[in-house]
Amino acid sequence: MISAKTTFHGYRRENGRVGVRNHVIILPVDDLSNSAAEAVANNVKGTLAIPHPYGRLQFGADLDLHFRTLIGAGSNPNVAAVVVICIEEGWAKKVVDGIAKTGKPVTGFGIELHGDHDTILRASKVAKEYVQWASELQRVECPINDLWVSTKCGESDTTSGCGSNPTVGSAFDKLEPHGVTMCFGETTEITGGENIVADRCATPQVREQWMKVFNRYQEVINRHKTSDLSESQPTKGNIAGGLTTIEEKALGNIQKIGKKCKVIGVMDKAETPTRPGLWFMDSSSAAAEMVTLCAASGYVVHLFPTGQGNVIGNPILPVIKLTANPRTARTMSEHIDYDCSGLLQRQKNLDQTGDELIEVMLRTCNGRLTCAEALGHREFVLTRLYESA
Amino acid sequence: MIHVLVHDKKDTVGVIVVEGIKAGQELTGWVMEDDSTIKVKALNDVPIGHKVALKDIGNGETVIKYGFDIGKAVAAIKRGEHAHVHNMKTKRW
Repeated sequence: MISAKTTFHGYRRENGRVGVRNHVIILPVDDLSNSAAEAVANNVKGTLAIPHPYGRLQFGADLDLHFRTLIGAGSNPNVAAVVVICIEEGWAKKVVDGIAKTGKPVTGFGIELHGDHDTILRASKVAKEYVQWASELQRVECPINDLWVSTKCGESDTTSGCGSNPTVGSAFDKLEPHGVTMCFGETTEITGGENIVADRCATPQVREQWMKVFNRYQEVINRHKTSDLSESQPTKGNIAGGLTTIEEKALGNIQKIGKKCKVIGVMDKAETPTRPGLWFMDSSSAAAEMVTLCAASGYVVHLFPTGQGNVIGNPILPVIKLTANPRTARTMSEHIDYDCSGLLQRQKNLDQTGDELIEVMLRTCNGRLTCAEALGHREFVLTRLYESA
Repeated sequence: MIHVLVHDKKDTVGVIVVEGIKAGQELTGWVMEDDSTIKVKALNDVPIGHKVALKDIGNGETVIKYGFDIGKAVAAIKRGEHAHVHNMKTKRW
C-alpha cells in the first residue's frame, strides 16, 4: 500500500530529477563509433557502451528524432555521466551540448584526424574519472512523486488482458494521485480501443491530439499494407497465445491505463513530459523501440506485462516483467519479476496485485536488479521514420 | 477450478485459463463483471489462452469480448467451439 509518505532511495541529479540507477555510459552517435565505444567500456570497468546501427545520412524529422533519442538517453537521471563518441566532432558536440543542459558530466570525442586508438585512449581516461566519481554518489530518500514510470506490454496473449495489463492499470490508478509521472504508447495497438482512450482524455484538446496521432498512423498502414497485417499486428506470437484480431489485442492493451487515470497530454516520440500524470507517447508497438523511447523521454522504471514471454531489457531503464500466464511463469521463470497468475483463479484481486507490483517496483527502484538486468538484456533500438539520404 | 474467464456479461467468447483442456470437457467459467459462474462444454481441445464461443455465432456476426466488438466470424462457430484465426477475422485494415 502506498501513501503520500511512501519513499524510495534514488540518485538525485544536478537538475533535480531522480534516477534509480547510476550508469556511466559510452554513447556512440553513429554506427561507425560503436567499435571505439565498446573498446572504452571494455577498458574501464563499470561503464556501459550503448551501440546502435544508425546515425549516418539521416535528415529532417528522422534526424531530429535520432538526436532527441540520444540526448534524451544521456540526459536520463539513471545516467550519472556520459562519454560521447562520433566519427566527427561537430555532431559529438551537438549531443554533448544537449546532455550538458542537465548539469551532469559529459565529454565528446571525434574519431577523424585521430583514429580509433587515440580516440579510445582519450575517451578511456575521461571514462575512468567519471566512473570513479560516480561510484561515490549516494542514494538519498526521495518522495514517490519523484518517480517517472512508463509501461508497454509485449508478446501479449489473452492472459495479458485478463491479468497482467489490468495489474499495471491498478498500479497506475494507485500511483496517479501521488503525483507520479507516467506514460503509455503503442499507437497501432489501440486500434479497436481508440474511442475508449479518447473518452479518457482530460480535455477536448488532448482528445483532438490523440485522435490526430491515431489517425495519422492508420493512414501509414493503409498506404503500405499488403494484407490485413495478421501475423504482424497481432504478431505470430500473439496468435499462438490465442489473440485473434487487433481489436481484441487493443482492448487488452489499454487495460494498462487502469480505470481512473486521465490522459493529460500527448507527446511525440522521445519528448519529455512537462508535468505529473498519465501521458500518451505516439510510438511504435515494437518492444525495444518503445522502451528505448521511454528511456529517452526520461522515465526511470518500466512496467512490462507479457503473456507468451517477451524477454526485452534496456541498458538505461530497468524493465520489470509481469505475467498472468501460469505456463509462462513456469517455463520462463528466469524472465519474470512478478507472477500475477493467481488472478486467473480468483486467488487474488487487482487491488492486491496492483499493490504487489508497486512493491516489486519500489524494490527495483531501491536497487534490486530486474531479471532482464541480471540476464544482460540491453536492447537499445532507435526508431527510424524513413530511408536515409 | 476456473477453466474459462469472461470479461463482460455481453461477451460471446471466453478465454481458457488452464492448460490441457480436452474436447468434451465440462468447463466452469467466471464472469468477472458480475462475479457469476457459467458452464460450457468444450467441443475441441483448446490451448491455454485461446477462446471458446459462449453461444452459437453465425457466419459474419460480430464477436464480443470485453463488451466490445473484436471482429467478425468468418464461419459459423458453435457454443463451446474453439474461436480463433480459422473462424474469426479483424474488421480493420
